[in-house]
Amino acid sequence: MSALDPVRLVLDWGPRLRLSVFDVGLACCAVEFVAASMSGQVPHAGGPGDADVLVISGTVTDKLAPAVRRLYDAMPEPRYVISMGSCANSGGPYWDSYSVTKGVDQLIPVDVYVPGCPPRPEALLHGLQQLASRVTQPAAVRPVTGSAPLVGPPGGVRGPQDLRP
Amino acid sequence: MTRELTVGIGAAELTTADLVLDLGQHHPSNHGALRLALVLDGDVVVRAEPVVGWMHRGAEKLFEVRDYRQVLVLANRHDWLSAFSNEIGIALAVERMLGMEVPERATWLRTLLAELNRVLNHLMFLGTTPFEGARPFTGFAEREAVQRVMEEVSGGRLHYMLNQVGGLKQDVPAGWPVRVRRAVEGVRGVLPALQQLVDACPRGVGVLRPETALAYGVSGPVARACGVDVDLRRDDPYLAYAELAFPVVVRSDGDSWSRFACVLDQVGVSLDLVDACLDRLPGGAVNVRLPKTVKAPEGHTYAWTENPLGAMGYYLVSRGEKTPWRLAMRTASFNNVSALPALLPGVHLQDLVTVLASLFFVVGDIDK
Repeated sequence: MSALDPVRLVLDWGPRLRLSVFDVGLACCAVEFVAASMSGQVPHAGGPGDADVLVISGTVTDKLAPAVRRLYDAMPEPRYVISMGSCANSGGPYWDSYSVTKGVDQLIPVDVYVPGCPPRPEALLHGLQQLASRVTQPAAVRPVTGSAPLVGPPGGVRGPQDLRP
Repeated sequence: MTRELTVGIGAAELTTADLVLDLGQHHPSNHGALRLALVLDGDVVVRAEPVVGWMHRGAEKLFEVRDYRQVLVLANRHDWLSAFSNEIGIALAVERMLGMEVPERATWLRTLLAELNRVLNHLMFLGTTPFEGARPFTGFAEREAVQRVMEEVSGGRLHYMLNQVGGLKQDVPAGWPVRVRRAVEGVRGVLPALQQLVDACPRGVGVLRPETALAYGVSGPVARACGVDVDLRRDDPYLAYAELAFPVVVRSDGDSWSRFACVLDQVGVSLDLVDACLDRLPGGAVNVRLPKTVKAPEGHTYAWTENPLGAMGYYLVSRGEKTPWRLAMRTASFNNVSALPALLPGVHLQDLVTVLASLFFVVGDIDK
């Protein structure tokens, strides 16, 4: 058995489609992104400008939030976002931290959430597959969370829970 | 004529810094974000200041609202390549305050697993060297084999959560030592290829002087590469290290190549230590029965361990509650990166990648 046998999935990007992936490696999850890359099935983009998919792998802090948003803004349409791991999904183990953004979907719209802390490399590849099938199906539904423009500093208004008196 | 330049490390810096240093997308120091404020004269660095805090996640404050089981979850994660070693410091501190005797088998298994963790950490840095001609992922298949035995015993690939106060969560599975030896042999086989990678590193670049290392509290392989002969495993033995004979890898030149060579040689030492631990692994229980809630008695203690990247210290203050009153961390990467203002002046811009890659830091370990 070779090192990554279970990962030997075939990513079917559709007949004409090749989605290139740009990884914003921020924490532990980035290590598992590297492990997933070893399968050779993740087409890397050189930068956000030529990427179709942005993978947020790791903890987004409030201090980094504007930079993450700018990376997303630098991507050409159509663009897709995969939130990898608990931190990017919701803040994860840092859910009650004063400096961590509670989910990257507060900054940018997320298409696929990959759960885990960190997720296994296979889970990320599965997430990419899910995204690919969604992209090739015309009925694909775009998420609404966070699609509004970023208002104010990331420490400001964040969601309905913050609006309560 | 001098100019100022903001240099970013990590993908998140792409749209904000003047220049982004490419350590390679897979290099562990590239994960997270670190910034350097440089003043250059031509292409030579005159002044350098690391700008940290981009990845600050507030772990120390969160420790105060986590009980002693939950503390380990966060302690795992600041240096995500040394998760097992990070757990040990916390467990040792709490056990010391409780006056708890840890079963011998647990101590030996901890030693063994800590050394496997060191191998995993070092292989990650060695297999992603940014030098020309380096084959990407050298040694990663062998690293995966080590990762698999760690996963087999703990269930986690990166964050093991195997330590608990009083020992390990569970004993190793049947037949596990055989598979460990096989994984260890695999890594031994790839060491020559890694040596070639290390030798591609230019010599005499980024020399750290021993007095600078001491002044900034630099530790671990980075300090030992410039002749600071300190290794807590030997100098303040914890776990089973007092009963193990092993060489401390020291070099004297203090340049980037020496740092890489130190790390590579340490892999060999760790593999031997793993074998020695397997040979002497005693039987018996791996943990003690814990009460429903663990409360460290009032007081304070400082526990430090020789983590893969250097000295990792935990200062634990308890007021007799089930959560720490204060749990402060002294992390290896923070001190090692602090030395950059003294290390970088005189370095050419084109050598910056080499020097930074040879400092072996994890951004989460800097910013906590």
